[in-house]
Amino acid sequence: MSTILEGLRYAESHEYVKVEGEYGYVGITDYAQHELGNVVYVDMPDVDDEVTAGEDFGAVESVKAASDLISPVSGVVVEVNEALNDNPELVNSDPYANWIIKVKLSDPAEVESLMDAEGYKAAIGE
Amino acid sequence: MKYFPHTQQDIEQMLEVAGLKSMDDLYGEIPQQLLFDREFALPEAMSEVEVRRFFETLGNKNAKLACFAGAGVEDHYSPSVIAPILSRGEFLTAYTPYQPEISQGTLQYIFEYQSMICELTGMDVTNASMYDGTTATAEAMMMCVAIAKKRNKVLVSATINPRVKRVVETYAKYQGVVIETIAEKDGITDLADLESKLAGDDVAGVILAQPNFYGIVEDYTGVADICHAKKAMLVMNCKPSALAVLKTPAEWGADIACGDAQSLGIPMCYGGPYVGFLACTNANIRKLPGRIVGATTDVDGKRAFVLTLQAREQHIRREKANSNICSNQSLMALYVTIYMSVMGYKGLKEACELSYGGAHYLAERLVATGKCSLAFDKPFFNEFAVRTAAPAEKVLDALCAAGILGGVRVAEDILLVCVTEQRTKEEMDKFVEIVNNI
Amino acid sequence: MIRNYDKLIFELSKEGRTGYSLPKNVFKENYCPCRLPAGLKRESKPELPEVTEFDVVRHYTNLSNKNFGVDTGFYPLGSCTMKYNPRLNEEISALPSFAGLHPDAPVEVVQGALEVYYNLAASLAEISGLSAFTLNPYAGAHGELTGLMIMRSYHEQRGDTKRTKVIVPDSAHGTNPASAAVCGLEIVEVKSTANGTVDVEDLKPLLDDTVAGIMMTNPNTLGIFETEIPEIARLVHECGGLLYYDGANLNAVLGKCRPGDMGFDIMHINLHKTFSTPHGGGGPGDGPVGVRAGLEALLPNPQVKKDADGVFYIDTDEKSAGYVSNFLGNFGVLLRAYTYILTLGRENVKMVGPLAVLNANYVKESLKNEYYLPIEGVCKHEFVFDGLADKSTGVTTLDIAKRLLDYGYHAPTIYFPLLFHQSIMIEPTETESKETLDEFIAVMKKVAAEAIENPDVVKNAPHSTPVRRLDETTAARSPKTTYRQLKG
Repeated sequence: MSTILEGLRYAESHEYVKVEGEYGYVGITDYAQHELGNVVYVDMPDVDDEVTAGEDFGAVESVKAASDLISPVSGVVVEVNEALNDNPELVNSDPYANWIIKVKLSDPAEVESLMDAEGYKAAIGE
Repeated sequence: MKYFPHTQQDIEQMLEVAGLKSMDDLYGEIPQQLLFDREFALPEAMSEVEVRRFFETLGNKNAKLACFAGAGVEDHYSPSVIAPILSRGEFLTAYTPYQPEISQGTLQYIFEYQSMICELTGMDVTNASMYDGTTATAEAMMMCVAIAKKRNKVLVSATINPRVKRVVETYAKYQGVVIETIAEKDGITDLADLESKLAGDDVAGVILAQPNFYGIVEDYTGVADICHAKKAMLVMNCKPSALAVLKTPAEWGADIACGDAQSLGIPMCYGGPYVGFLACTNANIRKLPGRIVGATTDVDGKRAFVLTLQAREQHIRREKANSNICSNQSLMALYVTIYMSVMGYKGLKEACELSYGGAHYLAERLVATGKCSLAFDKPFFNEFAVRTAAPAEKVLDALCAAGILGGVRVAEDILLVCVTEQRTKEEMDKFVEIVNNI
Repeated sequence: MIRNYDKLIFELSKEGRTGYSLPKNVFKENYCPCRLPAGLKRESKPELPEVTEFDVVRHYTNLSNKNFGVDTGFYPLGSCTMKYNPRLNEEISALPSFAGLHPDAPVEVVQGALEVYYNLAASLAEISGLSAFTLNPYAGAHGELTGLMIMRSYHEQRGDTKRTKVIVPDSAHGTNPASAAVCGLEIVEVKSTANGTVDVEDLKPLLDDTVAGIMMTNPNTLGIFETEIPEIARLVHECGGLLYYDGANLNAVLGKCRPGDMGFDIMHINLHKTFSTPHGGGGPGDGPVGVRAGLEALLPNPQVKKDADGVFYIDTDEKSAGYVSNFLGNFGVLLRAYTYILTLGRENVKMVGPLAVLNANYVKESLKNEYYLPIEGVCKHEFVFDGLADKSTGVTTLDIAKRLLDYGYHAPTIYFPLLFHQSIMIEPTETESKETLDEFIAVMKKVAAEAIENPDVVKNAPHSTPVRRLDETTAARSPKTTYRQLKG
């Protein structure tokens, strides 16, 4: 049974966004980290890079798989989670505390089209 | 046929198990018009005796010359222990070490190769080897563009081996990468031209050679700072055998070192197989293409080696991988690993001294004939460009008639001459005598 | 008894030992690299081992004992064609009359070498039904890239610049899309039908004037022959595209049918698969590329040609797709492949494919009760099981692969193709005898039985190899890739 937090919005590709004011924190869900197994590397964009909803902005790697990170929102990257460079396993231990990028949202209304906790729970069949 | 173990009885029994009546049934689903039904226009099968005779006859159409040609391929001493070790079936006939439990031999020698290449170049990390020096340099170009992200221009010095440059240019053309040539001045890279070409802040990387195509050891003092100030990567294509003596790419401040390791004792073999190397700083390891071996432990805590960082590679990343390379040049990596083990630092240095000494002796003697002059007044290593009074073609022909491959013609009247530890003083004296008599 | 050996060459080092001998330096007094300007000389000392020649021989011999090769035992590795690598090939490739040649030697003194290149290229053209071959690319992936460069050049030289897409089946090997990307082409996937072949109906709407071509293997990665290939070729040609044949699976049809006759325009061959040159633990191989009539000029430079007097020469063509390698490929590998072709001769080349296919079908039919066979029918040189027939054991494909190591076999190719979750891909090759296959079949059945009776022994395999399952996560999270890093 995966952890799904209330108040976050979820994409079908298993990224979440936690909106705080004009910013969104984007990471992968507990379900996604579990499916992927031991994360060994997170390929992150640079600060000031633009991200677009539905397009990839990096990848999460396990030993023998790589999964693209699809941005659930559009905007500009204002911060990346540097801690993941040295400790990618943080994504396994607590994916919600360890977001991957912080985005200044260019279209906050976009999140409305994402799933809520209930919807995501149904989507992954739990 | 000695390579087919099937007896007629085997074939019949196997067809029966497979539920088939004849060998033709194995291809029963294939449209008739696609089946090949005539004889191949190939010779009839040869016995071992005939094959040997065949290649002996062909081999006699080649001439063995005392080799003073270099230009990226040199005639070096190859220790006798290497070939027998390489011919061990456990190394020779193994696949890529995807099953580490039964591939520790391959994995460990690659780890040793990586360690030694890093010692020689001074770089932090290297991959398990590349096809050759030309493709390794093309991959370095691709790394620069991948790391820079939004820049797609790479500068290449005019003093690099043209064989390397043309492969880099071919790869670049298909990727939409712009290659600009940094001008040459008196046989070395024109640093003023480099600075002006960097001014646009649009260059992903700069590729230089050491020693350069003319054998000159270039002074790259300050070049790394110039590149890095413009956020361009510095790539140095170098000759590993010379690195026992010459300043390393790391000491010059390069981000990537690459080149061909043929000079580490690999037979010339008409152009291959050789082995390319590609090394970089720790910061760029994720963009390093190809296979990489890392140390780890097994479930019992025993030290072991394994292919690592595989999720970067083509079989997982598919079109998003930075390179399409699958294999390395594994057996040739073993070749140079054994070479470096046998030679050690001391042996490599001694071979350098012999090559350097011979080249400088020969250059001085050629100049003394009055029929040659050095094309450039610059420090060189074991190869030099010499201007000949007679057409270079004529000089080469005269030497060839005497059993000497006199070098590589790089202009109407310029010859590139290379000396290794394999060349004797007697051969050099003969070289000089022939030139003197033209 | 072979002892357990676990040293690195660096750990044998002892200051003062040497393993080399070089001639006396008669130049040293007057000419020494110590006279180079200080700023050009190395400051640090490289830490290379100091060992004797005998240390080196014993060390690498001991390492070889921890390796498995085709010479050691059966290698049922799908898509890799691990056939016997004849020793005669090795002997010929080491002949000093070839191994001593410099690439810049005048053509007059390398006629024998050029003849080998020219005749091997012609033999490959005959065997594959194409017009001309380059032998310059170094490996399969390198050949693929070269072939795609030719494809792009073909369109561009005709002024047809909008063809930027390459169609690749979803069952394709990862190299295909990676090569296309490196060549600056965009990938479009075409779906497979339930039996694993290209879905022609799915292909049709993809074919327009932006398509440069399609990349296929035939038989495909499931070992199934694409019987619709004449129709696919017609459709792709009709839309102006070219057909690229990935020669990874050529062994299946060697001597029986030819890619050129199937309608392919460009192909590569892996000499280290089909033509018996050794894999060498991951190279060197060679990846010749062939083209149909009309495309010869586009082959990479330099090109080897023969004049009217039978004299060989090296040429360049300005229409060429470019330079992809130092010179004329891995020449030493070419000598091996040519030796193999001469040894087989025209009569035996014809038997390679049929015997390889016979072996594959024999193994498949013998094991299909114990392992789940998703696609029935006659396969070509290889086939794919989707894990054990009994799905209740919890034993995975990885476990089965590792258990086979305990029994002295290399593992099959696993988890590829991606069409099934538990793919086990087996390719026996024509050089394996019925007895070898029977023993392998018995062991595969035994492992299937163990999976039911004693699953833990399979799940924890291997048990008897030089090392056991490795901690790959730590290796990837904090990579230690040199002795210096390992020492810390």
